Order: sequence, then C-alpha cells, then structure tokens
Amino acid sequence: MEFAAIFKAAFALVVGLDPGFLAIVGLSLRVTLTAVLIAAIVGLPLGAALALARFPGRSAVIVCLNALMGLPPVVAGLLVFLMLSRSGPLGSLGLLFTPTAMIAAQVILVLPIVIALTRQTVEDLWSEYRDHLRSVGLEGVRAIPTLLFDGRFALATALLAGFGRASAEVGAVLIVGGNIAGYTRTMTTTITLETSKGDLPLALGLGIVLIALTLAINAVAFGASRIGARYA
Amino acid sequence: MTTTRRLLLATGFSIALAGIALAQTTTATPPAATAPATSDSRFITVSSTTSTQDSGLFGYLLPLFKAKTGIDVRVVSQGTGQALDTGRRGDADVVFVHARAQEEKFVAEGFGLERKAVMYNDFVLIGPKSDPAGITGTKDIAAALKAIQEKGAPFVSRGDKSGTHSAELALWKVAGVDLDAKKGAWYREIGQGMGAALNTAGGMGAYVLADRGTWISFKNRGDLVIAVEGDRRLFNQYGVIAVNPAKHPHVKINDGQAFVNWLVSPEGQKVISDYKIEGQQLFFPNATQAGA
Amino acid sequence: MRDVASILPLAVDAVSFLGDGRRLIDGLSFDMPAGGLAVLLGPNGAGKSLTLRLCHGLLTPSQGRIRWAAGAEGRSRRHAMVFQKPIMLRRSVEANIAHALAAAGISGSERRDRARDALARFGLSERATQAARLLSGGEQQRLAIARAWALRPELLFLDEPTSQLDPAATRQIEELLSGLVAEGITVLMSTHDLGQARRLASRVLFLHRGRLIEDASAQSFFAQPASPEARAFLAGELIW
Repeated sequence: MEFAAIFKAAFALVVGLDPGFLAIVGLSLRVTLTAVLIAAIVGLPLGAALALARFPGRSAVIVCLNALMGLPPVVAGLLVFLMLSRSGPLGSLGLLFTPTAMIAAQVILVLPIVIALTRQTVEDLWSEYRDHLRSVGLEGVRAIPTLLFDGRFALATALLAGFGRASAEVGAVLIVGGNIAGYTRTMTTTITLETSKGDLPLALGLGIVLIALTLAINAVAFGASRIGARYA
Repeated sequence: MTTTRRLLLATGFSIALAGIALAQTTTATPPAATAPATSDSRFITVSSTTSTQDSGLFGYLLPLFKAKTGIDVRVVSQGTGQALDTGRRGDADVVFVHARAQEEKFVAEGFGLERKAVMYNDFVLIGPKSDPAGITGTKDIAAALKAIQEKGAPFVSRGDKSGTHSAELALWKVAGVDLDAKKGAWYREIGQGMGAALNTAGGMGAYVLADRGTWISFKNRGDLVIAVEGDRRLFNQYGVIAVNPAKHPHVKINDGQAFVNWLVSPEGQKVISDYKIEGQQLFFPNATQAGA
Repeated sequence: MRDVASILPLAVDAVSFLGDGRRLIDGLSFDMPAGGLAVLLGPNGAGKSLTLRLCHGLLTPSQGRIRWAAGAEGRSRRHAMVFQKPIMLRRSVEANIAHALAAAGISGSERRDRARDALARFGLSERATQAARLLSGGEQQRLAIARAWALRPELLFLDEPTSQLDPAATRQIEELLSGLVAEGITVLMSTHDLGQARRLASRVLFLHRGRLIEDASAQSFFAQPASPEARAFLAGELIW
C-alpha cells in the first residue's frame, strides 16, 4: 500500500472512532492506569519511608531499586508468567492470559520508578524541611504526607514517567496477556501483530494514538515541572 | 500563576477521567469481528498457531461457536512448539496446531487426550518477482529449494520451531540439502511469526515458505508472488487436542471437548470450508479423512 | 491570660553536647523565666545555634537536662522556633501557617481563623494566596515568625533571624520582635550583631567556645562586661 494511503487509512481509524479500535485503546488505558494507580498507592509511601528510614542495607536497597528502573519489560513479563502459569506457584489463581496479569506485570515495571524517584524527591525535601517539620512536631511517618504533598510536581512527573514506560512497552503484556483478541489485546501488542500481518493502517493508527498519548504525557510533565520550578 | 496551576491540574485530571471513562465504555462495547470475551462469562483458552490467527479464521469461526454454545474462546496464538508447551503447563484447555509428529508426542506424553484431524491448507513458496533462483511457476518444491541453495538466493526461515518451520526443515531434507552444512548468509532465520517472515522476505527480496491462509490475507505483499505451489509435499495438516485433565485437573474439559467436537462435526467442518478471503477458500476440512 | 500552667521557667541544667567527638556545648546552665528578650551573644562557633536547638528539643543533650516548669511535650508544646534561613513549604502563604496549626492538632474553622489572624497581625493578608517561596527574604522571615506566632508559644526561639536580610528588612523584624515581647511572649534569640543585641536585649547570655561566660542584664553587660572574652568581643576584637 502507498505510504500516503496508509496514513490516510490510519487517520480514518483514529477519527472514525471505530469500536474495535476504541476497545483496544480502552483496554490499554485501563491496564496502564490501573497499574500506575496501584504503583502510586504502594510506591509513594514506600519511597517516602525509604527516604526517611535508616537501616543496615539501605544503600543496597536503593541501588537495587535504581537498577530495577531499567528492568527489561520482557523479564518482568517472564517473571509474572512463571508465577501465574498453571505450573507456577500462583497458578491456581488462573490469572495467566488475563488483563489482571498484564496489570501485575506493569506494576512490576512502574513500581521501581515510583519508589526510586519518590525516595530521591522526598529525601531532598526532607533535608530542606527537617528543622521546621521537627519543630512543629512532624517526624517519621507523620512527616510523610507533608513531604509527598510538597513534592507533588516532581512526584507527578515520576508517575507520568511510569505511565509512559508502561503504556509503551509490549514485551511484558504480550507474554502474560497472550494478545487474545478483544480480551488482552493492547495498542502495543496489536501494533506488533498487525505489522506482522501486514495490516499497516491499523498498526499505524494505534501508533498515532500512542504517540499522541506520549506527547500529551510529556506536555503535562513539562508543564508540571515548570510550575513546580516556579513554586520552588 | 495559581490560575495556570489549577488549569494544569484540571487538565491532567480530565485526561485521566476521560481515559477511565473510555476504558469503561469500551469494555461494554461489543467487540467487532474478533472473539468476544468478558471476564464473567464461560470461556476456554486455546493455544494455537500464528497462522490460524493471522489468517483470520478464528475471527470468523469463534463467534459462530459462541452463538451455538455460549462459550467464549480466548485464543493465544504462538508458534506450534510454544503452543504445545502452553498446553503442557496447563495454561490452555485446548491446543490447535499443525505439526503432526509433535502433536502425537504431546498425546503420548499424556498431556493431551485424543488428537483429531481438523483441516488442511497448503504451503506455498513465496518469492520476489525478480526470481533470482529461476523457479517461479515450477511444481517441484524439492527442486526449487535445491535451486535456491545452489544459487545462494536469499531465503527467510521462521526459525521459531513453529509448524511452518518444522515443515520447512522437513522439505529441505526432502530436497537433499543438508542445512547444517550449507547454511550461509543466504539463509536467514528470524525467529518470528509468519507475517513477520513475509514482511522480512518482502523487504529483502527473499524466498519464504508460507501457509496459504496467511499469504492470502497478507496485505503488505509488495513485490512478492507465489513461486511454487501445488506440490503434494506442501500439504499442511491441522490437528486439535483437548488438554488432559489427569495432568491438569483445572482444565475445562467439558467446554474444551465441546470445542474439539464442534470443530470436527459436520457443522464445524462446513464453517471452515465457508471461510473465504477474496473468494478463495483458505482451509479444507478433512476430519473424516482416514490418516489425516 | 492562660488557663493552663505556664511552661516557664525553663531550666537548662549542666547541659553538654558532643559532636564529632568534640565537646561543642560544655556544662551549660541557665534559667529562662517568663518575660523579656534574652540574646545569646557570641562569635561564630560559640554554640548559640546548638543551645537553641537543645532547648527547643531538636537535639538531645549528651549530658545534663532541659526541664520545663509544666509539660511542654507533645503537639502543642507552646514553644516555637524560627530559623536563620526561613524554611518555606511549597504552598501558599496562608497554607504555610495552616500547615503548622494542623501539625499542632488544630482543625477546621479555628485553624483558618488563627491563620488569618496571624496574616493580619504580620501584614501578610494581601499575600495570603501567593506562593510562600516567591516572597522576598524579609517577607519570608516575617511569615516564619507569623507561623510560629500562630502556634501561640509562650517562648519563642529565633536563630540569627536577620543575618540574611538587608537593613530595612532587619529593622522591620526587630520592630516585630519588640511587639511580641510587649505582647507577653518570652523570646530567646541568637545573634552575632552587637547593634541588634543593644537595641533589643533585656538580658544577654554570652557564649564562648560552648561555655556560658556571662549571664547578665543587657544594661550591665554592655556597661561593664565581667570577662576578658566579652570585653574583647565588645571591643570588636576577634576572639577565638
């Protein structure tokens, strides 16, 4: 197919809000937003606690977390796959090849980013705020809400970075989701599949949505950091 | 600046809401042509091959099965070897593949119940219009492969232990080419699915062995044409096996067996022969043929 | 004016503090009765800031005790502290005050009323919704004092509150501090600015190398310093 014709067909899919197309976009967003939400609920307090706590082996934990930020998605997918396979330790849950499994894999990808960046942000803030917060009686766990709130712009950027990583990856969701049509087929796995089938307009249409999403995320992240900088 | 900040927060919030709303509404939308599946319904998981998936057969066949039985079929498409492994681990209720020797081994190991022949399609040798090996239009696959090897014309191999890959390796043997000795820059293993192999062959002006179903539905042909077809040795038999509940007690043996039985029933067989793309029948049911 | 027992006098009893293996505060003893503005005076490194932090509870004495007349523990401990470099939360001016009140367990409309009172008292009402970190240095220190004042402390600690301000802002802060003393708040502040000590102090605690060398009324300290160190300091000589 002509290059121009492919683009035209892709835009028709995007603009025409084809139901099959929307279902794929919707599932991708549902999986990734849920994963980021879970990672935020778990990771923000954990990252803050890690910033404030002092214990033996803390440096090792921090180094590991920073390394995990670069964990290849397929490895995360493989780990979840091995856990959730019927022959694996959590096989009885019957979660392999479901959106839940995809969410689990993406949480593993996003969580280290959220924890590591939260730790960095909160630790910097704490060194600045420590005297005042201790003066008004906020120490340890009681200081965490203040630190998370005041780090909100940097933390929002961390969550967006996590969202970007999760929404763009294909390896993990392909392995644990199985790319089942209408059930676990996301934008990235569809792009892979449709490219291999030679259906380039659908692949490109989804690519356009992904790029638009990435652009929007980066615009919001940029705006947040700009405003955060003005507040700082 | 406060206004800007509020605006930004509001924008971010709305995007998130819109995303969630979209996610909610679209899950309620009936999926288009492909297998419908919702989490609360009756369903089975079938591990199958990329060729059946890529050819669009499941998109046509599964809604009819669902209408008849109310059972959703979730298809995980992989190479034949991987699809059988998925069954071995108990992650599928039924395997639907095309590599007879591997299928029989799967049953012999006790992982599957009875293997049933379902249908066949045939392989075609695809090549560039320029035809560097000079084989386009011939009927003898063994001679054609021999010519490719002797002329060092580029050839793309799936290299992924799929059914098509197994068939290709068997054909090289038939052609008397010892791949281990003759493998060179001309022989390119990509370790990917059928569609990807066709894309690669198109990009490199190489020959490639493909199943006819994927070839017919493949849309990005470029300069590729059929070089060799019609040789009986290009025959590609599909089989279906329910996973043995004795190995994996959780498998949905009743619904899985229902799917197997429907595929080989006169009704299922007719559905298979009715599936056409651009007027061409892709699969030929042969459940009743002895020895298939 | 208070319906609870006063936390004053504060008794600092033979307090020493060790850091990096050195005796940074050495056998410090003094009382802080209610009323007046006491200045901790001394050259850099004398231990002024450490003394304030020990009294405020940010540091724990290595030896000796800090004792309050009545309970000054827990959330509303009725002593507050303002730091040399104002620590501004990344929030609005009003929210900075509300946050400190919330930390002290004050909620709802009382928190809002007290925050607004503090803004009005320190001339910051018009800045209420602005980002605190965008205020000028003088305004930030004023907000820090307003924030401490909102907690209704009996005793207020200030650590070199004007050392980073220009003369105009310094004068403004000094006027505010005189107002606080007139209001009945007891103040203990550190400074190395002799002029400021002369203008504000009713009492001087002169520190040198972690030891309390002189503890006298401002009048007698400036008229007749008893120790050679204090005389040298007042004469503007570098003592070390």
